[in-house]
Amino acid sequence: MSVIIHKDTKIIIQGFTGKMGTFHAEEMIKYGSNIVGGVTPGKGGQKHLNKPVFNTVKDAVKDTGATASILFVPPAFAADSAMEAADAGIKTCVAIVDGIPSHDMIRIKRYMRRYSKTEKMTLVGPNCAGIISPGKSMLGIMPGHIYKEGRVGIISRSGTLGYEAAQQMKNLDIGISTSVGIGGDPINGSSFRDIIEKFEADDETDAVLMIGEIGGPQEVAAGEFVKENMKKPVIGYIAGLTAPKGRVMGHAGAIVSAYGESAIEKVEILKECGVTISKNPSVMGDTVKSVLEKI
Amino acid sequence: MDIHEYQAKEILSSFGVTIPRGGIVYSPENAENKAREIGGSKWVVKAQIHSGARGKAGGIIVCNSPLEVAQATDKLLGKKLVTNQTGPEGKIVNRIYIEEATDIEKELYLGLVFDRSSESIMVVASTEGGMSVEEIAKEKPETIIRSKIEVAVGIQSFQARELAFGLGIDSDLIARASDTIIGCAKAFSELDATMVEVNPLVISKQKQILALDCKMSFDNNAMFRRNKVSELRDKSQEDEKEVYASDRGLNYVSLDGNIGNIINGAGLAMASMDMIKLAGGEPANFLDVGGGATPEKIVKAFRLITMDKKVKVILVNIFAGINRCDWVAEGIVQALEKIEVKVPLVIRLAGTNVEKGNKILKDSKINYIEASTLEEAANKAVAAL
Repeated sequence: MSVIIHKDTKIIIQGFTGKMGTFHAEEMIKYGSNIVGGVTPGKGGQKHLNKPVFNTVKDAVKDTGATASILFVPPAFAADSAMEAADAGIKTCVAIVDGIPSHDMIRIKRYMRRYSKTEKMTLVGPNCAGIISPGKSMLGIMPGHIYKEGRVGIISRSGTLGYEAAQQMKNLDIGISTSVGIGGDPINGSSFRDIIEKFEADDETDAVLMIGEIGGPQEVAAGEFVKENMKKPVIGYIAGLTAPKGRVMGHAGAIVSAYGESAIEKVEILKECGVTISKNPSVMGDTVKSVLEKI
Repeated sequence: MDIHEYQAKEILSSFGVTIPRGGIVYSPENAENKAREIGGSKWVVKAQIHSGARGKAGGIIVCNSPLEVAQATDKLLGKKLVTNQTGPEGKIVNRIYIEEATDIEKELYLGLVFDRSSESIMVVASTEGGMSVEEIAKEKPETIIRSKIEVAVGIQSFQARELAFGLGIDSDLIARASDTIIGCAKAFSELDATMVEVNPLVISKQKQILALDCKMSFDNNAMFRRNKVSELRDKSQEDEKEVYASDRGLNYVSLDGNIGNIINGAGLAMASMDMIKLAGGEPANFLDVGGGATPEKIVKAFRLITMDKKVKVILVNIFAGINRCDWVAEGIVQALEKIEVKVPLVIRLAGTNVEKGNKILKDSKINYIEASTLEEAANKAVAAL
């Protein structure tokens, strides 16, 4: 069974009837994801894309048995929607939306402390492309066809750079078990470490490609986990070698403000942790290939 | 979003932080009157720009008469001030803050930031005020004390007290110091700040605790619910092209090189800049048109890049997902019908319907160099210089 989602995972769309929610729900259905309905407060009882619409996540969970959700609600309401999902018993929630205030993200994470480890929802994102387990299910906005089914896990902050990696790997005939976009915000639901730990335990994954960038402590924290606990090989790439210090590079979290947060420093630390570094973004696929050949 | 010192002082003062008497002025006459209104015999004339280290750059002048205050204001207004944080082009001084001079007994440091490791708000304090926090961390790390705020309940009095005692503040001033720390923490939480810095926080000879210089930054993502704060934005302090970009929903950072680039996605944009550098070139900018790379955004991006006179080559790198390369290619063709590009143009498309996209570009009249991989795109851009 793949990590986080699998073929039968029942998915609801929060912000189902909006333009974004509708468009991506259709894409996910086309891919084969098991979309069982959606939530738009005030539109409960209606049908949308032939699926039931509910007023609350609790209603949707009760009626459909959904365990996963994906958020297409505006940033101002996203924190509320994520907490609603957690409280309704959703196990995996992907927040695609870009622009959630950092104070709200802290609030969500504090709120989720009320649940025990086994009960706690896995929040992925915000500001991310979502999750795909090729050939099984897509809980995201990525172009599904560039992901070949296989046995390498990908964790990426960036959406399009993750696509770039998937495409390079497909061109080399390397498949992917699951790809997780954790998003570009300074405070996010799941860190590199959170996801890499799941890949280490996953019997369908042989190696992990981690695509990080400047800013924040998460890549280094994952490196420490790799060094101490990981048996599977890890390949890494860090974007932003040329990024000036103290400037936000598109992603709210991509800013160098402390030691260890620049691309060069992260690369050095990851190397020391035993991560094989892809020396530039054009050879991520080749680097994965060379590592797989050694297994 | 950054604001000026005087604006940060007004905000913190409304949260119970004591600041020296002062006022903002826009002309030397104004300044002279303001000095008389403030009273006393010594004033500080402070250039308001979005940068620290203003003192070393000549932006802070101590004066002994209202006439001197007027002269100092005249000297600073309209000038560009270059500090070690502004870059060589400097920042324009349009506003001057006149403040009563303070008899300083002791300078302390107080800062609040988001701590990304613990995902909470961290208060950082030190007895070594007046230096930057980086300098303190390097030279006197043993003087730094920290306290983590639990956001669910906010800062507690005991935490503020511990910090105040930790700074070696006299017992009779602990209550005032605690109120200052609590005020800063409340301002941080209630206004969606990302940084509050009081440096120096001083103890005056008259035993007052005063915020002598203040800096605040705010979360751009939260400005939709902070109307009052967002009104404090001063576009004259930002790069002209960056303002143009942000007004049009583009993520843009101006850099020093000569290869302009238009990319979708922040990570891919950073990676493309890195490839340009590895190929021996220098990027002129970071520009993310968004994952979707809609035709409208591409038109806006070309407008922006062609405004930049130092750009000698333009590199377009779009990884089309849901949006498809043929749509993106049509967007590029449309953009180039509207905007004249006089420098070589390298285009790399990848992802969904890439063959169709490249065919649309080839069949159009646009003059460009095709690339198929990231590496090839960077090499061709550098070769076209």
